[in-house]
Amino acid sequence: MTNEITTRRIVIDPVTRIEGHSKITITLDEAGEVANARFHVTQFRGFERMVHGRPVHEMPSLMARICGICPVSHLIAASKAVDAIMAVTPPPAALRLRRLMNLAQIVQSHALSFFHLSSPDLLFGFDADPAKRHLYGLLAEHPQFARDGIALRRFGQHVIELLGGKRIHPAWIVPGGVASPLTAEVRDEIAGGLPEAIESVVRALDWYKASLAGWAEEEAVWGTTPTAFLGLVTPDGEVEHYDGVLRAIGPDGTVIHDEIAPDDVERCVGEAVEPWSYLKSSYLTALGHPEGIYRVGPLARLNIADRMGTPRADEELAELRERLGRYPSSSFHYHYTRLVETLSCLERMAHLLQHPEVTDVRVRATAGINRAEGVGVAEAPRGTLMHHYVVDDGGLVQHANLIIATGQNNLAMNAGVKQVAQRYVRADRLTEGMLNRVEAVIRCYDPCLSCSTHAVGEMPFHVQLRGPAGEVLDELVR
Amino acid sequence: MSMRTLTIDGVEVVGTEGQSVLDVARANGIPIPTLCHLDGLPDVGSCRLCVVEVQPSGRLVPACMLPVEEGLEVVANSETLHAHRRQIIELLFTERNHVCAVCVANNDCELQDRAQELGITHLDLCPVSPKLGVDASHELFAVDHNRCILCMRCVRVCADVEGANTWGVSGRGIDARLVTDAGTPWGESTTCTSCGKCVQVCPTGALFAKGRSVAQAKAQRPYLPFLARTAGAAR
Repeated sequence: MTNEITTRRIVIDPVTRIEGHSKITITLDEAGEVANARFHVTQFRGFERMVHGRPVHEMPSLMARICGICPVSHLIAASKAVDAIMAVTPPPAALRLRRLMNLAQIVQSHALSFFHLSSPDLLFGFDADPAKRHLYGLLAEHPQFARDGIALRRFGQHVIELLGGKRIHPAWIVPGGVASPLTAEVRDEIAGGLPEAIESVVRALDWYKASLAGWAEEEAVWGTTPTAFLGLVTPDGEVEHYDGVLRAIGPDGTVIHDEIAPDDVERCVGEAVEPWSYLKSSYLTALGHPEGIYRVGPLARLNIADRMGTPRADEELAELRERLGRYPSSSFHYHYTRLVETLSCLERMAHLLQHPEVTDVRVRATAGINRAEGVGVAEAPRGTLMHHYVVDDGGLVQHANLIIATGQNNLAMNAGVKQVAQRYVRADRLTEGMLNRVEAVIRCYDPCLSCSTHAVGEMPFHVQLRGPAGEVLDELVR
Repeated sequence: MSMRTLTIDGVEVVGTEGQSVLDVARANGIPIPTLCHLDGLPDVGSCRLCVVEVQPSGRLVPACMLPVEEGLEVVANSETLHAHRRQIIELLFTERNHVCAVCVANNDCELQDRAQELGITHLDLCPVSPKLGVDASHELFAVDHNRCILCMRCVRVCADVEGANTWGVSGRGIDARLVTDAGTPWGESTTCTSCGKCVQVCPTGALFAKGRSVAQAKAQRPYLPFLARTAGAAR
């Protein structure tokens, strides 16, 4: 490196162990300090446009194809939007069954995020050799931990399959309800798997809490920019994943919006487009762009709610708040909140299955097109998801708008990347561990880029440090 | 009724005057794949999937349109015919937008069944991907031209069984499209009786009952021959 260089750029391309494809650019100033860092989403999906002219009843299954990790979330948000267009309320058993599948999906997705994608960093350390810092390394050195993760994800996927006939893209959640009722046998099979799943997540929580003190530095610098939080809560303030009302709070808990009906979501959330990313950036309209930066997902859901609403998870929430304060801000705590939420989802599943109505055979309401517009909102694993459709008289889609969790976290992810880069990246050298920390802050949010941009392809991991004339100063390939 | 003796795939079989080679082959358990043919409707030979070789020239003729003749010798199954049939199915997929995963007729589609039986796993040809619309103006039913293979079953059932003559085909070749009442939206048709027979006979998801989600269309095709017989008796 020479003294002539004034500004330089480091590119992490692609970011690995996340769902979808993206890269990070880090710009250095004359002094070699990080001036800026950006999280670019490099793929485009385009579902909002693709569905124009299609019958609205196709939307749940068509939109579910956006994602193989959380198709259920899209099935639910889309079906709720079509319910609104049909002006029907699904039968009570159908609502319980939709909730049940949604919870199963949150469990499997959270298990994937925590155990498969993030835990190798946490168990082996951020500077560990990437050749063993992955799920297979985990299996070799921490077999019980890996088995718990795999079993937990499998359980969630198995419930989805039991209910909908397929693990991925079940066409079971349909406009007006669900396609088929729950039998007593399937109910008992799901209920039978819950105690083991709960024990897996409790073991992970115990390990996490015991390890927490060792991550004080990560906690202090990983995305601590104060932001608002948004999500669904029940009218009496419990964590909610299917229905309820929207609540937004500031970093200190000040209520910005409360009791917003889900179909009013576009009144409080705006979307900005940046020329350097296919991912839209959402902001709270009450605060404007970019001051309206907010986060969604497990951290936000736990922060906005008064309680979880299930006994064991509420005990864990009380302990979490004792350790981290009432409104933890560091995005590192997405991991902790994700585990507490997983426990709560499993408890809720047990509760749902105990209700006698859950096996009722009336599971679908039918109707034609009774409204020109419909909005469906639900909590996906990564945060609040909204589908909004406008249809013509025949029920063909004229307009579709999707607000996806990852888009809502975009401003916060960028702020987090910049903060971590400023703390760890130095211009005189590139190390694997330093760049992994920049990636790992993104993994906290468990972003799903396939969902949020409408992404295909795979690129090798390639980081370059370039001089102003484009010359390569340093390079890392894996 | 005079009898005719012919040979299909080297097997000597007997048919009656007025029968097609397809009828006789089916009666004798010789497999010939079809798409546009439906028991109870007059054949038109639009899909060409039942193509057979007439010996000794090797001329290709659809079995549904080939009347039995004394001494006729046909090959109904060979590698060449198999390749032709695959090509026909591939061309159907190429011509419009058939995406099973998001189709109402997934798992209840004759085009999908034939493709699977013929072992089609991918398309060698580049799809045309035309921008075709959906007519959802009818209160109960909709037509998605993206999934239509122009088999004309709907046209035939509407004319020959229901007697309404609502359906027709306009344009030629790759521009051919199904039309209702010579080009008025289905919902404005004055001839359509909303009987739904066209929806039941559609081999793909082109015609479907509104409100159905993906993989939820289930046609009741086996009842059609009874309807056709009743209609024939009434006339």
